[in-house]
Amino acid sequence: MRRVVVTGMGLVTPLGSGVETVWKRLLAGESGVRKIDQFQVDDLPARIAGIIPRGDGSDGTFNADDWMEPKEQRKVDDFIVFAVAAADQALADSGWKPETDDDRYATGVLIGSGIGGLQGIEEASHVLRDKGPRRLSPFFIPGRLINLASGHVSIKHGLKGPNHAVVTACSTGAHAIGDAARLIALGDADVMVAGGTESPVCRLAVAGFAACRALSTAFNDEPERGSRPYDRARDGFVMGEGAGVVVLEEFEHAKARGAKIYGEVIGYGLSGDAYHITSPSLDGDGAYRCMKAALKRAGVSPGEIDYINAHGTSTPLGDEIELGAVTRLVGNAAAEMTMSSTKSAIGHLLGAAGSVEAIFSLLAIRDQIAPPTLNLEDPSVETAIDLVPKTAKPLPIEVALSNSFGFGGTNASLVFRRHHA
Amino acid sequence: MSDIAERVKKIVIEHLGVDADKVTENASFIDDLGADSLDTVELVMAFEEEFGCEIPDDAAETILTVGDATKFLEKNAAQA
Repeated sequence: MRRVVVTGMGLVTPLGSGVETVWKRLLAGESGVRKIDQFQVDDLPARIAGIIPRGDGSDGTFNADDWMEPKEQRKVDDFIVFAVAAADQALADSGWKPETDDDRYATGVLIGSGIGGLQGIEEASHVLRDKGPRRLSPFFIPGRLINLASGHVSIKHGLKGPNHAVVTACSTGAHAIGDAARLIALGDADVMVAGGTESPVCRLAVAGFAACRALSTAFNDEPERGSRPYDRARDGFVMGEGAGVVVLEEFEHAKARGAKIYGEVIGYGLSGDAYHITSPSLDGDGAYRCMKAALKRAGVSPGEIDYINAHGTSTPLGDEIELGAVTRLVGNAAAEMTMSSTKSAIGHLLGAAGSVEAIFSLLAIRDQIAPPTLNLEDPSVETAIDLVPKTAKPLPIEVALSNSFGFGGTNASLVFRRHHA
Repeated sequence: MSDIAERVKKIVIEHLGVDADKVTENASFIDDLGADSLDTVELVMAFEEEFGCEIPDDAAETILTVGDATKFLEKNAAQA
């Protein structure tokens, strides 16, 4: 199979817009978790979220007008705007601009979302109920469909290769990158714009996840302390919004045009728990088999992994199950293993989490540093694995693994290797 | 310019994001103002909302320009 490398990256997250801004703030231990103030929360048990700092586009703020015309923004849910912005950043970063028909046919898009346009669905249902069907906008459907994130990116840049989308809850972003890499490896495309996007910070989604008892509710007055993977006081995940998009490229294609290479996608594993609709299997077997499959594909042993970006959502159950699966995977190498959860800083971006965290893993490789797990003050279990509490850790990293697990028992692991030019 | 024409113009500017000086009586929504077929559906809905009238689909199909809209609404608007 053909080799696949990452040549461009784009981020819109609660720590800001733009890869370098977000990464700098993440390493500095800043948090993007804030009190929700854009809608009524006094009747909701969870009142905090990872929220993108909006502004005029300066100082890492996100200005939607920089990426999409206001009249177009009105027609789509935010998850599409975030995806368009992150894809623009990634394509600009990669320097890839298809100019011939053949180049356009060889460049595809695969951007997923976990739940799509819930906010627009909520609003449209009110219109239907209060004003009747004749008042529903013709843009209601195309503005909420999950694959329209890929559609908009394709239309904006004239990308005529495979046009696809993934919907696997919180594994979406990782599956999107893994599947897109396979399309390149198998020759269906030479370049893929891939990732995940999510805009879940609306009343319907917060109420819905709170009903599943999945969200943190104990830190409404101290939002920055709410997302605390592995810590004894953790009580659920903190929802976050944003998008992470990468440009994946066939290695020779990237080399021929002298592209900057962040790393190589050497492994991708998938598995199913076959256990429960929201809970991971208690023995962690799904996560274990997923990582194992990714390592087999990568042709590396567990001991060769230098850094793991954990799924680590800060739920009481999930964190320890994943930790157990990693411990089982690496065995005696646990004492040399470093694993952190960047959800501690930005919350859980659901369908965008896997791709945002893949980007963090690639940046960890680039800068040879593991980002921290914020708020890890009192670990709930003893482990030999270094969970990088509070402060980033300089670390030689050749191989990094990124985990994503989703509702429905859907698991994805990605393995990246440092590229030596 | 009549009151209705002014209101039509305002809606067109708002929904299509175009400059005011382009919104002339003869301007075609699709050919001159960059609308697509879904935009025109939404425009007609906005006219209905603003003027409190119903514009049936067969009538909507004949509203192609700013002037067409103004003429139709001058005849049919409930709250002109």
